[in-house]
Amino acid sequence: MAEVLDNALGALTGLIKVERLRKLFPVAAGLFQQTHSFIHAVDNISFGIQAGQSLGLVGESGCGKTTTGKLLVRLLDPSAGHIYVNDAELGQVDLAELGGKQLKTFRRRVQMIFQDPYESLNPRRTVYDTVVEPLTVQGVGNLAWREEQVASLLELVGLTPASSFMFRFPHELSGGQRQRVAIARALIVEPVFIVADEPTSMLDVSIRTGVMQLMLELAERFGVSYLYITHDLAVARYMCQEIAVMYLGKIVEQGETEELLAQPLHPYTRALISAVPIPDPRLKREAIEIKGGVAAPVDPPPRCRFYDRCPIADDACRDSEHPLLEDKGGGHLVACYKV
Amino acid sequence: MEMKDESAVLDNSLWRVRLKLAWRGLRASAALFAENKIGLVGLGIILAFALMAVAYPILSNVVWDARIYDPIVGYDPSQLEQPAPPSAAHPLGTDPLGRDVLSQLLYSTTSEFALGVVAALVTVLIATSVGAVSAYYGGLVDTVFMRLADIVVMTPYVPILIVLSVLFDVRLIHLAIVIGVLSGFGATAVIIKSQALTIKVRTFIEAARVAGGSDAHIILRHVIPNLLPLSFLYMMFTVTQAIFSEAVLSFFGLLNIRMSWGLMIFTTQAAGYLIDMKKWWLIYPASLAISLLCAAFYLVGRALDEVVNPRLRQR
Amino acid sequence: MSTTNHGNSALAGSTAVPGRIPPILSVQDLTMHYTTRKGDVWAVDDVSFDVARGHSLGLVGESGCGKTSVALALLRLLPDNARILGGRVCLDGSDILSLDENELLKVRWKGISMVFQAAMNALDPVYRVGDQIVEALQTHLETMDDAKARQRVAKLFKLVGLDPMLMDRYPHEFSGGMRQRAVIAMALSCEPDVIVADEPTTALDVIVQDRILRQMRAIQKRLDMGMIYISHDIAVIAEVSDRIAVMYAGRMVELADAVDVFERPMHPYTCALMGAFPSIRGEKRELVTLPGEPPDLLHPPPGCRFHPRCPRATEICMERVPPFSEVNGERFLACWHPVQNSSGRSRPQTAGANGPPASCRHDVRNARGGYARPGEVTHG
Repeated sequence: MAEVLDNALGALTGLIKVERLRKLFPVAAGLFQQTHSFIHAVDNISFGIQAGQSLGLVGESGCGKTTTGKLLVRLLDPSAGHIYVNDAELGQVDLAELGGKQLKTFRRRVQMIFQDPYESLNPRRTVYDTVVEPLTVQGVGNLAWREEQVASLLELVGLTPASSFMFRFPHELSGGQRQRVAIARALIVEPVFIVADEPTSMLDVSIRTGVMQLMLELAERFGVSYLYITHDLAVARYMCQEIAVMYLGKIVEQGETEELLAQPLHPYTRALISAVPIPDPRLKREAIEIKGGVAAPVDPPPRCRFYDRCPIADDACRDSEHPLLEDKGGGHLVACYKV
Repeated sequence: MEMKDESAVLDNSLWRVRLKLAWRGLRASAALFAENKIGLVGLGIILAFALMAVAYPILSNVVWDARIYDPIVGYDPSQLEQPAPPSAAHPLGTDPLGRDVLSQLLYSTTSEFALGVVAALVTVLIATSVGAVSAYYGGLVDTVFMRLADIVVMTPYVPILIVLSVLFDVRLIHLAIVIGVLSGFGATAVIIKSQALTIKVRTFIEAARVAGGSDAHIILRHVIPNLLPLSFLYMMFTVTQAIFSEAVLSFFGLLNIRMSWGLMIFTTQAAGYLIDMKKWWLIYPASLAISLLCAAFYLVGRALDEVVNPRLRQR
Repeated sequence: MSTTNHGNSALAGSTAVPGRIPPILSVQDLTMHYTTRKGDVWAVDDVSFDVARGHSLGLVGESGCGKTSVALALLRLLPDNARILGGRVCLDGSDILSLDENELLKVRWKGISMVFQAAMNALDPVYRVGDQIVEALQTHLETMDDAKARQRVAKLFKLVGLDPMLMDRYPHEFSGGMRQRAVIAMALSCEPDVIVADEPTTALDVIVQDRILRQMRAIQKRLDMGMIYISHDIAVIAEVSDRIAVMYAGRMVELADAVDVFERPMHPYTCALMGAFPSIRGEKRELVTLPGEPPDLLHPPPGCRFHPRCPRATEICMERVPPFSEVNGERFLACWHPVQNSSGRSRPQTAGANGPPASCRHDVRNARGGYARPGEVTHG
């Protein structure tokens, strides 16, 4: 099976290779009882990201995409699985296995941009303090050099003149400006990989595009890869070369963006795409009805996670294990028996 | 928000900029504080007492004759009956031992302030550390500190202080530290811990961790700075508690100090004048001083609450 | 502060409605501000529009544009520091703004009701959901005993797609989508003439949002209600609205039939807005970026409030507020330099899903590139 994955992902030369990643959360069961139930937030997922490319992780709330993002920056520790990162200096490192000082040093390679620009900055620290913190914590450079770095990064993200922004507090900045500060902070240690967790969903529309374009420019300029987490397929299309669709902790479909959107194969992806409103009153769309709603994946039965809601599932689906991702041609992977 | 452009940051040294920012922050907080009249009232009372404390050395060195006006060993032979009622020479009269009451009042002010401030600082130090660490680590550390807090809160502190003063020679500084410790590990720690819990889950803490921050770094640089306003607030209430505790202990004659407001009342009671309404100058000045100073710090604390807790502010 | 052309109150009855159906709700020159410690925030300035039975008006704009304030004003639910300075809100003939508390009670919920943005704002966590709607019914409708009320609630639940058995559950037992439907049921309970929905699906997943949107449209048609749908998402607005009103910085800048707004947008902000939304259909294209930020309504810029960010701004835009005036029978616009109609109608495939139509494209490119045009306008 590992060979199938390797062939499908072809990612030995890629930047990131996630292999059979799992994260289980125990369900609180009372004061003296043992926990027997687990939420399978991330359940055996595997994917790869090439250097300089971005992967969009798409799904509805509760599908595990945010948890995946946090696993990739080790804000959470995986229950099982590997996160291989191809580092220029250190070769292939398993992020899941690192600890202590090694982990701290490796944090310079992977960074994160958070969803809420109002919360991801410490309200009592100035912009300078916030942006310089990764350098200070990692013990890089001296004071003068760090000041220069902060200034040049603030200019880079569009907060010019840097000197007038450096010593403002978050409450003196708008949402878009705060998010730019967050981007500067993520970039200052020169990471190769950034997890962006819905960075524009809380921003105004007219500000959103500016931030998205900034992220694209920076990706091109510095060769940074993104794991772009979003519930909005349109944004994922704009930002990423590849999209992976998650449902209840599993990846159900993955492929090159335009291909996936033009020819969605998995019934969930198709339902999702059909439900996105069209910004044109003259065009009509047919929404694919799927029944029920999303519930937390507590001790899910081994069959296909989508079985309960799937419009084309049958008894074979009910009686088999959750389908594996298969390549249906040209790197377009789908986990479904019926396709 | 109007912002004057900072001069090129690389010209001005970092600490100077930080100083300027801190000053601006202080002014903004002061403005907010001043909006609430009760805070200003409290502050005014505290200032009045501060003036009293300053007045004592001036008066005792310049105006008063030490043999007569010394608060502890002074004696005015010109007064026929001790305690003497208020007169031109003794604005608040003399106590049963012939010592000038006003002098005693002023002399004690400094030590009352010192008592309050020391106790408050000890409390803040302990409560903030305990609260931050308990909230951050949880688990066994949290359980230990919280059970300790339960014990401290359950045990009435006055009997403890009484027992301590019987066993040991308790001076004001000891009292201050003991009160600070009791308050620090007790209710205040629990309150600060619950605030620390809300800080711990905020996104900027995750961001600091992703940057590579160690636990110590996060606690010291992120959690505690966000706790300080609350700690500062509770500091005010500790001052109140300290001053009041001292009064109680002195009233029982259990403190080894030479002069305090509580001791003034003790002297009155020991001489049997406590319920003698005609000798009001033996009772009211000291009692009022205690009540007013306690109330003043409480009022300041309340007004600070509105600065610290934006939701309490009126629109 | 607002130096608008009040002669345009001749808009009464004419911010119209296709086919000249008399409107059930008519708002004229609504102006209000909030009093704060720092000064007056000019949240809503001279806003006028109409809504007819069975028709839906989409109110679109970004945060701070005043759309929620308008909604609250319509229901007289404004906070204490809000002051309505002018204008009329005519519901079925009578001006809501002039009613006192007793009369308001009769109008609220029966004449006009609201679906709030965060469902938990409207649902009290300590009472069962069914009971809360029963309470709303009994407060606003006389002669409604418990049994009848519960029957009505059961019917309402079915109408919004909830199992009537859930009536006796508490809000925390509902999922996000279910809560939102409960709030919609509550808003519908007294069969109002007009319903105001303030971003009801913003916090919901796209599949749930789709269901709720369709359901709301169906209910609206069935009950022949007028609807004001407020959102910042232009795709949702496109699907839900018959007419669209675009607001910016407290003023209404464009009002027209939905199709017209997408085919031939006339206000530069509308163009920019449409170009700012990526779409999953159609060709992949560049997005429009608008430089700058929405203005601070404590000190709004003089003249047209959009001029600091507008690629077409000239001196008159900086000095005088463009009046919200009629362009043709059913279009209204507040702009000194509207985007002109390009020759020929654009085909559906090249507009809407593909961003702003050809008539906009020239200005849209300018917006991204900066201020390369005659008539220097400094960034505000």
